[in-house]
Amino acid sequence: MKPRQKRFMLIGLGLVALAVASALVLNAFQSNLVFFYTPTQAANGDVPQGRSFRIGGMVEAGSLTREGDGLTVHFVVTDMAKRVPVTYKGILPDLFKEGKGAVAQGQLIAGGTFVASEVLAKHDENYMPPEAADALAKAKTAGAQSSGTLVVNPR
Amino acid sequence: MIPEIGHYALILALCVAVVQGTLPIYGAAVSNASLMAVAKPAARGQFLLVLLAFCCLGYAFAEKDFSVLYVAATSNSQLPLHYRLAAIWGAHEGSLLLWMFILSIWMVAVSFFSTHLPDAMRARILGVMGLVSVGFLLFMLTVSNPFERLIPAALDGRDLNPLLQDPGMVIHPPMLYMGYVGFSVAFSFAIAALLGGTLDAAWARWSRPWTTVAWCFMTVGVAMGSGWAYYELGWGGWWFWDPVENASFMPWLAGTALMHSLAVTDKRGGFKAWSVLLAIMAFSLSLLGTFLVRSGVLTSVHAFATDPKRGLFILVFLAVVIGGSLVLYAWRAPRVGLGGGFAMISREGMLLANNVLLVAALGSVLLGTLYPLFLDALDLGKISVGPPYFDTVFLPLMTPAIFLMGIGPLAQWKQASLPALAIRLRWAFGVSLVTAVAVPWLMGQWTPLISLGLLLAFWILTTIVVDLRERLLQAEGGGGIGGRLAMLPRAYWGMVLAHCGVALFIVGVTMVKGFEVEQDVRMNVGETATLGGYMFHFDGTQQVNGPNYVAARGTFRVTKDGGEVTVMYPEKRRYFVQNQTMTEAAISPGLLRDLYVSLGEPLEGGAWSVRLYHKPFIDWIWGGCLVMASGGVLAVSDRRYRLAWRRKEAAVPATAQIARPTVS
Repeated sequence: MKPRQKRFMLIGLGLVALAVASALVLNAFQSNLVFFYTPTQAANGDVPQGRSFRIGGMVEAGSLTREGDGLTVHFVVTDMAKRVPVTYKGILPDLFKEGKGAVAQGQLIAGGTFVASEVLAKHDENYMPPEAADALAKAKTAGAQSSGTLVVNPR
Repeated sequence: MIPEIGHYALILALCVAVVQGTLPIYGAAVSNASLMAVAKPAARGQFLLVLLAFCCLGYAFAEKDFSVLYVAATSNSQLPLHYRLAAIWGAHEGSLLLWMFILSIWMVAVSFFSTHLPDAMRARILGVMGLVSVGFLLFMLTVSNPFERLIPAALDGRDLNPLLQDPGMVIHPPMLYMGYVGFSVAFSFAIAALLGGTLDAAWARWSRPWTTVAWCFMTVGVAMGSGWAYYELGWGGWWFWDPVENASFMPWLAGTALMHSLAVTDKRGGFKAWSVLLAIMAFSLSLLGTFLVRSGVLTSVHAFATDPKRGLFILVFLAVVIGGSLVLYAWRAPRVGLGGGFAMISREGMLLANNVLLVAALGSVLLGTLYPLFLDALDLGKISVGPPYFDTVFLPLMTPAIFLMGIGPLAQWKQASLPALAIRLRWAFGVSLVTAVAVPWLMGQWTPLISLGLLLAFWILTTIVVDLRERLLQAEGGGGIGGRLAMLPRAYWGMVLAHCGVALFIVGVTMVKGFEVEQDVRMNVGETATLGGYMFHFDGTQQVNGPNYVAARGTFRVTKDGGEVTVMYPEKRRYFVQNQTMTEAAISPGLLRDLYVSLGEPLEGGAWSVRLYHKPFIDWIWGGCLVMASGGVLAVSDRRYRLAWRRKEAAVPATAQIARPTVS
């Protein structure tokens, strides 16, 4: 094979691989993008039906109840404007606390209850996942949580 | 006083780095030997200065100097000494200092193990590394100073994140950084070659051992991060496709591709420009990974409060490094030239396919990691890309790559015959196919994915056997099998071992994905739960006091078929300072299975919600990674590299153009 042909061959191979990868990626992307919505959007019904999404906000203080099996929990996520009841079966992450931010992934069922398949524990030092903080800020309430629990406050 | 010394040492190190980054490169351009000679002492001096700064920060931590902001923010008087020292890299500022420290270690290593290099080459390599360190030192001194004072001093620190108070945390970041920063050597070799305009097989031979060593550290570092997530997060998962994990995985993929492409450049003189591009890519991704993880863009245990000035600096720095090296590449690479020709069916062709697939996989991970960040930055909404995306994309890309991994080492360079390969490998394929179908069937659960995974693993192993057998038959002299085995070069054994590691890894992943059992269950004191043939008997919890936490420790007696297997003590800890709850899972490791128990939440009457796992073969995942890394170490110890180092003695001391080892 001449060098010129070889180079075309290589370029062709690269393009084919690129096309295959792009096809796979776009296909997988479409079905696996998880969108984030605020409690207000969920309560108003501006959310996809029959598709999993994320919802985030503050876990309302005193709203956490547990069923007899010890595993199914109910709580309310709020952005201070609207409240969304959430049901989850499983063990909650360590960082889940009432009065703190949380993000849940799942689906909204008829009746406005959010059935979570996953409750996320990630957060920053203010116990606030960025999505949840965003939801709170959007709802134009008290604003972001301050870090009052810390011993040292730089500056 | 001590922190000020550290701060001052960093400033001096910056001055040295500026000298190191300019004079030797200029000297190499104008062939001035005395300017080029500046590189070595500068690199060593910089190492001593950064070492001094590092020790100063360590001293501040050891002495609980809470008048240093960083110390006050990441440690506490109750924190044990070893974790106080590990807290040096527990947050942003300190981990950058660690990064810088490791960069200076690599620079010193280059200054010692580069006697075989032409002077101009060495001057350029150290010069480029000096420029990288200028960037990092500037960053630390302007917006991320670990020695910043807190006045008045805090009474006590606000403690290290409890998740990081773990032995794995003491070694995981240094290991990972050794890998990240190690790619800076490969990067500097590439840039030096572009600057000098000479890129030949000798260049590849010089940079191969450095790349391999960095890759070994990287492999161990990523594996340790995964292991940490497994036992520390209490969720029993070992890989979440979390952006933070992806940030370390992408340079690993690029580094893996680079190792294989350098092999071609070394042996056949091909893929030159591609190797250079991969070296640039690997280091750029290392930088991206460092900053992505440490900048606060991603919210995770690794990320910390965001400072817009830092973000800006980081973006500019990334743009300069990546953009600058790509421009240089575009300008100089055309003169590098192409290597010798080869047919598509040849070892080069297969390594090329391996590279294309690895880079495609890398691209898909990059997209899944950065796309949500871009959307967020442009205020187009918040999304996340779930693990199913990565699974879906990764499997079809890696399957052909691993299939080729079996054939590649058996194919001839330049031109191979497909029918001949098929005949040589028919037994390997038959045996692996039969085993892959039979094993899951015997284990009582058959799915296509389990068979596919096992097929790939057995394929790697059986092709290695075929390859070894052929090489032994061809090997000359050496009497018995032992002698013939010893004739094979260590680089070859390294490859065999690393490929075996991949096979072990695949077995681990396949078995865990296929056969793991998990159960979330409410357990009263005295109750028993059964999982995977094991009986877990819950004896209740009792309170245990740690140095800086209080824990509820559960006792689980595990029996199988009436015989006692082990007793497990998972804990639920509450760390005082941050008042944070932490799950400390109990794991009973084994060659064929792990048992994993973690406590959920306390319920009324001493009952707990408990998470139980039976995970077959999971330790093979990390075992496979360690085997891969040891394969790399074995390959680096090969005779040909040591010969290259000794060659200096024979070489004529003269200008940069001569004394280049010949291609073997």
